[in-house]
Amino acid sequence: MIDQLGKLADVWKLPEPPAAQEEMGFFTDTTVCIGCKACEVACKQWNQLPSDGFKWTGHSYDNTSALSGTTWRHVAFVEQMDRDAGAPPRWLMMSDVCKHCVEAPCQEACPTGSLIYNEFGNVYVQEEVCNGCGYCVAACPFGVIGRDKEDGRAHKCTLCYDRQKDGMTPACAKACPTESIQFGPISQLRETARARVEQLHGRGETDAYLYGAEPTTEYSALNAFFLLKDAPGVYNLPEAPQRPGAHLRTNYLLSFGASIALTVASALIFRKGR
Amino acid sequence: MPGLGTSFGRGAATGFQQDLQHSDCILIMGSNMAEAHPVGFRFPMLAKERGAKLIHVDPHFSRTSAMSTQYVAVRTGTDIAFLGGLINYVLTHDRWFRDYVLAYTNAATIVADTFVDAEDNDGVFNGFHPDTKSYEPGLAAWNYAGEPETSKTHTPKEVKAESFSERLGFIENVPPPTDPTLQHPRCVLNILRRHYARYTPEMVASVTGCSAADFLQVAESLCENSGRERTSAIVYAVGWTQHTTGVQTIRAAGILQLLLGNMGRPGGGIMAMRGHASIQGSTDIPTLYDLLPGYLPQPSSLRNHTSLHSYLDQEHVPHGYWSNFPKFMISLLKAWYGDAATKDNDFGFGWIPRIDDNYSQLATAMRMADGKVKGFFLFGQNPAAGAPNGALNRAALRRLDWLVVRDWFEIESASFWKDGPEHPDPATIGTEVFFMPAASSPEKEGCFTNTQRLLQWHDRAVDPQGDCRSDLWFVYHLGKRLKALYAGSTETRDQGLLNLTWNYDPDGPFVLADGQTSRITDEPDTRKVLMEINGYRVADRTQVSGFSDLEADGSTACGCWIYSGVFPSVDHNRAADRRRTPGNYVDPNWGFAWPHNRRMLYNRASADPDGRPWSDRKKYVWWDEARSTWTGFDEPDFEPDKAPTYRPAKGAHGMASIAGNSPFIMKPDGKGWLYAPAGTKDGPLPTHYEPVESPVANPLYRQQANPVVERYDTALNECAPPLDPAYPIVATTYRLTEHYLSGPMSRFNSWLNELQPEMFVEISPELAADRGIVHGGWLVVVNRRGAIEARAMVTRRMRPLTVAGRTLHQIGIPFHWGFAGETVGSIANDLTLIVADPNVSMHEAKAFTCNVRAGRLPASAPSQPVAVAPRPTRERAPETPESDQPEGQFR
Repeated sequence: MIDQLGKLADVWKLPEPPAAQEEMGFFTDTTVCIGCKACEVACKQWNQLPSDGFKWTGHSYDNTSALSGTTWRHVAFVEQMDRDAGAPPRWLMMSDVCKHCVEAPCQEACPTGSLIYNEFGNVYVQEEVCNGCGYCVAACPFGVIGRDKEDGRAHKCTLCYDRQKDGMTPACAKACPTESIQFGPISQLRETARARVEQLHGRGETDAYLYGAEPTTEYSALNAFFLLKDAPGVYNLPEAPQRPGAHLRTNYLLSFGASIALTVASALIFRKGR
Repeated sequence: MPGLGTSFGRGAATGFQQDLQHSDCILIMGSNMAEAHPVGFRFPMLAKERGAKLIHVDPHFSRTSAMSTQYVAVRTGTDIAFLGGLINYVLTHDRWFRDYVLAYTNAATIVADTFVDAEDNDGVFNGFHPDTKSYEPGLAAWNYAGEPETSKTHTPKEVKAESFSERLGFIENVPPPTDPTLQHPRCVLNILRRHYARYTPEMVASVTGCSAADFLQVAESLCENSGRERTSAIVYAVGWTQHTTGVQTIRAAGILQLLLGNMGRPGGGIMAMRGHASIQGSTDIPTLYDLLPGYLPQPSSLRNHTSLHSYLDQEHVPHGYWSNFPKFMISLLKAWYGDAATKDNDFGFGWIPRIDDNYSQLATAMRMADGKVKGFFLFGQNPAAGAPNGALNRAALRRLDWLVVRDWFEIESASFWKDGPEHPDPATIGTEVFFMPAASSPEKEGCFTNTQRLLQWHDRAVDPQGDCRSDLWFVYHLGKRLKALYAGSTETRDQGLLNLTWNYDPDGPFVLADGQTSRITDEPDTRKVLMEINGYRVADRTQVSGFSDLEADGSTACGCWIYSGVFPSVDHNRAADRRRTPGNYVDPNWGFAWPHNRRMLYNRASADPDGRPWSDRKKYVWWDEARSTWTGFDEPDFEPDKAPTYRPAKGAHGMASIAGNSPFIMKPDGKGWLYAPAGTKDGPLPTHYEPVESPVANPLYRQQANPVVERYDTALNECAPPLDPAYPIVATTYRLTEHYLSGPMSRFNSWLNELQPEMFVEISPELAADRGIVHGGWLVVVNRRGAIEARAMVTRRMRPLTVAGRTLHQIGIPFHWGFAGETVGSIANDLTLIVADPNVSMHEAKAFTCNVRAGRLPASAPSQPVAVAPRPTRERAPETPESDQPEGQFR
């Protein structure tokens, strides 16, 4: 009897979280992306995600258009065949993914505690906790996370949490034939990325720069960051991502002020009415 | 690939993809490597990261072009003009690698005075017979000086130039006469100079549509990056082969690489990128009608092949490695007929069927369309959508009595009787179709031979579902039933089947990768097949260690001599080896490459005539004086203890006739052939001919197209005459990364369909504006074979060219769609023409003419796609320990 009660009590005990590991992330070097989309297919295959339907967009070779609850890697194609005099034509390709922000708005917005940072420092959706409220969808400035029509819950890149737990490379990075997608300890990746930019500048490719490798005054660093060759907007990335949480203090103060003002106003009205 | 075989000795990629990382310049032409071979493309990307130039010459700007340091747009079908221009540039600017060329090529060899160059005869070589439209049998007139009038190895036009015997050529006087001072007017180098003298940068620009400046930049890049210290590589694929001049295009690349001294050297060579997973394997152990395994010629009633003796005498080349040919042939007969093959019955040679005509795929399709073929087997082949002239192929299938289709899905070639652009009435079609479900590669074990001649074993991970079975299972049990059916027959024609060794039964239950026992008990033992291919000693059934163990007396059996060594002992399958060799990028213990695990062919040429590396930077295989042996990073493609100073005695035969400074050991003179006195059916030197369908008059010769082209002019296969004003636009077809060929393996997969869901055609904004076609709208492409509709991809990646002073438009047509699958669309091959290269019967799907207009086809009733596969079940991923899935390495 006592045993049984003890077992009941277990339900209320929080399990010990896994010990924190070295923070892991992605560095996506778009200069070596060949646009093969192996990352998209490897991601869907490993994570058993459905197709998003067959829609020919005519937007270069991009027919999956955007990240969604069921598309966690997406390769953007930008044709720049008519450039300024002297500049050779180019076709930019970039494999987009969840940014795994160091301070993730989706995680801040989640009311259920479904969105957490796992032991690898990755933003992770615990599917069984998610109630499908969609706050995270509105909060993400990159349009990464989405709800799946099938179960109504939010889904996004897990950075192959299950593979990482077994010491394996995420499916997309594993499938990438040219190491455009690199996976590793985030501190090391930032080193590699900086050296790569320097190397490219040395070769005269001065338009190469890192997106999200460092925090800005408005936004945290990204644990999945990119090397780009043109303005972020060209790749459909926000020039200056916003964290909705940054406005909370002002918004709370404003609504507090408004409520006081309304209280005073109504008190005055009722007094008049008496 | 006689283009490579005739130039160097073996018709296969000369190097391996990993070696491309050490190139200083890579010319990718006739290949869209980034899209069609994305995994191998990592090596050109690595080379580029190390500072190499990456040049892409192609009609359309693809993902390969986007990765290149230089892209040059050219008109499809003009590759020989471009390469001929490069050859001319190298010769006129004296940029050829003198020491290499003089020692390792036939540059100094003197050609017979009967030879008349196409250059002096309006584009036709001597010996042309207008009534037979062939050069037979006057080939002797292309021969070296001092050779007899008739060439022994020349085969009639019905037999294609695939066997080693024909490719290698027969030379009676070895060594042939030479002039090392290169003064003789008929020495090969001087013939070459004259032949290409008119291929100037301006002419190249006028023919191909590129600018002379772009061409010169390519020429300079190649010259700067060739020589002792540097090497350049050439990569090609079906963008070169699928032309009526395909073999000669590859020959032109061979000439260029020999002149630049890039053959047999690291970072050099010619990388043939093959179109299917194991297409190299299916020519090595051929599905071709005119070859026996290992490039032995198929006996033919058109030649003196009445007995084994006359066959061996006819096909035997006394000088060089092919002098061993009788050993390979007799060992093959022993492997096939076992104890029934005896010296007294010619080892069963008489049981092999003779060929009496052209039975290549195209010729067979034409015959089938005429109702002359009763039954047909399709193993992973989809002619209804994937073969040139789809409508003709579907009409041909409708005339069969029976058809067996083994595939994963009900593909176009299995549903042609009820669906398709012709909307056939099933009641009118007599073909009985047997659709048999096939196992996929992870569901069966066996070997792939990849594009670099590398045999890699793959395991059977799981059992196939339901009634799906491997192709081996099907063929094995079919053979058993046929043998039972014919048992007891005394007819001579049945003895081959009855005496065939046919016992690959498993010795016990098969254990799958996860430790479970397979439910399929009658799957043949694939290892037994590979062991027979490797070869064994008949007396004690022990495995031979390689082809040098084979004998011509019936004491050895070998299913395919070039693969010998892959299974040297019962417990060692080298194709399954997966050992890395740290510090050696050649990785000789990963899989097994033919021949004899040599990863780079002709690698003797990586050392100078004295056996020393040409430079420290480019060392690969060299002569170790102290140990009196060749050594290096790879298995030497040379007799290991033959000193560089060795010179053959007069009258020497076999390998003894190959000097220590002659790297091309298959060739009777040991040299790389700049000029091919034999081995091709359309001339000793590559010459620019227009595609059979072309809106341009040949600017170089009065001869418009290849004079000996194989033509099939029938009502279903109408060809537009040259310069037909009704079809002024040039079209080419190609693949996208997202799909595979005509789609049987990709259009039933929703993960791939969502990436490229619809048929489209790529056209330039200029052409679109001219025809009122809008981006994303519909267009119709039409020519004499048919009309197709597709979405219009209007893109600057396609551009109009200026050819011979006129604006010329090109369109690009991906050929992945058909009427069966989760996504359906028009069949690009309904526009392509059946017309063929005379050497190999390869079609010309990469260059034809058409016209385009905005809109859709009248009364188009598109086929219905099959239902999309159900959503994947979201089970938890299996817990897989790291040790079970070792991480591969990139560098």
